[in-house]
Amino acid sequence: MSRISPDQVKHVANLARLAITEEETEKFTNQLDAIISFAEQLNEINTDGVEPTSHVLDMKNVMREDIPQEGLPQSEVLKNAPEHQDGQVKVPSIME
Amino acid sequence: MSLFDHKVSELHEKLHKKELKVTDLVDESYKRISEVEEKVQAFLTLDEEKARETAKQMDEKLGTDESKGLLFGMPIGVKDNIVTKGLRTTCASKILENFDPIYDATVVNKLNQAETVTIGKLNMDEFAMGSSNENSAYKKTRNPWSIDRVPGGSSGGSAASVAAGEVLFSLGSDTGGSIRQPASFCGVVGMKPTYGRVSRFGLVAFASSLDQIGPITRTVEDNAYLLQAISGLDPMDSTSANVAVPRFVESLTGDIRGLKIAVPKEYLGEGVQEEVRQSVLDALKVLENLGATWEEVSLPHSKYALAAYYLLSSSEASANLARFDGVRYGYRTENAESLIDLYKKTRAEGFGEEVKRRIMLGTFALSSGYYDAYYKKAQKVRTLIKNDFEEVFKKYDVIVGPTTPTPAFKLDENTKDPLTMYANDILTIPVNLAGVPGISVPCGFINELPLGLQIIGKHFDESTVYRVAHAFEQATEFHKQKPGL
Repeated sequence: MSRISPDQVKHVANLARLAITEEETEKFTNQLDAIISFAEQLNEINTDGVEPTSHVLDMKNVMREDIPQEGLPQSEVLKNAPEHQDGQVKVPSIME
Repeated sequence: MSLFDHKVSELHEKLHKKELKVTDLVDESYKRISEVEEKVQAFLTLDEEKARETAKQMDEKLGTDESKGLLFGMPIGVKDNIVTKGLRTTCASKILENFDPIYDATVVNKLNQAETVTIGKLNMDEFAMGSSNENSAYKKTRNPWSIDRVPGGSSGGSAASVAAGEVLFSLGSDTGGSIRQPASFCGVVGMKPTYGRVSRFGLVAFASSLDQIGPITRTVEDNAYLLQAISGLDPMDSTSANVAVPRFVESLTGDIRGLKIAVPKEYLGEGVQEEVRQSVLDALKVLENLGATWEEVSLPHSKYALAAYYLLSSSEASANLARFDGVRYGYRTENAESLIDLYKKTRAEGFGEEVKRRIMLGTFALSSGYYDAYYKKAQKVRTLIKNDFEEVFKKYDVIVGPTTPTPAFKLDENTKDPLTMYANDILTIPVNLAGVPGISVPCGFINELPLGLQIIGKHFDESTVYRVAHAFEQATEFHKQKPGL
């Protein structure tokens, strides 16, 4: 049975902010289905009581003194922006 | 004979005694690039004008206290996912085609302090996702040993440029094998340090809990020197570790008597080509003759590493790559009707197929209703994999096996099915999941294609890994062979 449907692929693409074509929807449906089926072998392992590892080193909340430092100049920060105006990054209208 | 056939320590002595100039070394790089780059295709950007100018200025300092640093004047290549101020950094992606970084990565700062000379930026799989360099948006780097074959990936340009003699050494990054696998395919030495050993500040993030920068070199000694230069705690990377950096080169004693080696049966089993298996067994004999002993062990959860890795790394990637939205930097679509439309079209036009596939997989694995079944399950399996290593390291000093199941494959051989391509990394991925250090050193050839021996150590014990790798290298001749480009 298919583990993932074309509609799910479209939903995920929307969450990921990726425009995908019908052709890509079909391809990703098949490929993600294969990868997810492969990943389901993890269900063979009993992980009851096993703590998840998000980070291999035992470190938490690395703190530093809060000392003000000079930031990067505005002109540098805007250098790579595709569009900017009056020292601000410009984007298309955000209201419908 | 190339100047780069000499070790760093030898070149340093010649420079400091003024028998050699920095301009000679930089000339050597660009001369070799002009000869072979058309075939090898390792570089995305060259920094020739600046490198030559820097070299001239450095020549003035030769013989003074200022040229005493061991890496002073050494030509280096840097993988194109490590940001370099004022030098285009693309991650081999169209989405960063014109990206001009406004700061240097910490490793680049450290190289600048050590006064290496940056020759250029090296090709890779887009955003470090791939095992062949075929996922670069710009070019396909070739294997210097056989140009119809891949150099490996994702640090394919980093490994190929060193093997081809275009640079003395290079930096790569390794998330699931991306330094060790191309080092193995190209017959050079590649080290993935312990997670936290080297700052990731300025490394464009793929999977933050797995990524680590490391050196690719011709010899183990050079590798130890380069890692020394880039290691250490960095206030800009809270995951860099506050652990003393030993003088790695002091561990290169050649003495491995009494060393206990573990050889996981899973690393010599199904899927590993017979000749690869044989060359590892031959390597173990060499290590035995040097006074080490080895025993077969089991890392029982190895077979699950690949699945856990693809879920975790893709999940992290889907979050990390959210920043590429066409707003603050990088490519922006030209026909957006709204902000959301701008995001979607920019990303659709800017990312390549493999990157999209992994973003999709990661977004799915993190999405509501699937998080526990996939992402969290994979994190739990990661714990079991890490525990496997800890168990073995209670009794043994290092783990030894092949770096890759086969030597370099042909271009287009593995591009149809993503899962076949992913299987290249079955022997390197567990090392990233456990966060331990691993090196690949040349250990043989199959039909004139190099093979790598993987040596894995305990957390922050790169010294022992280097000691074993160096002893093996000194007892064998494989590292002395050069590709007949």
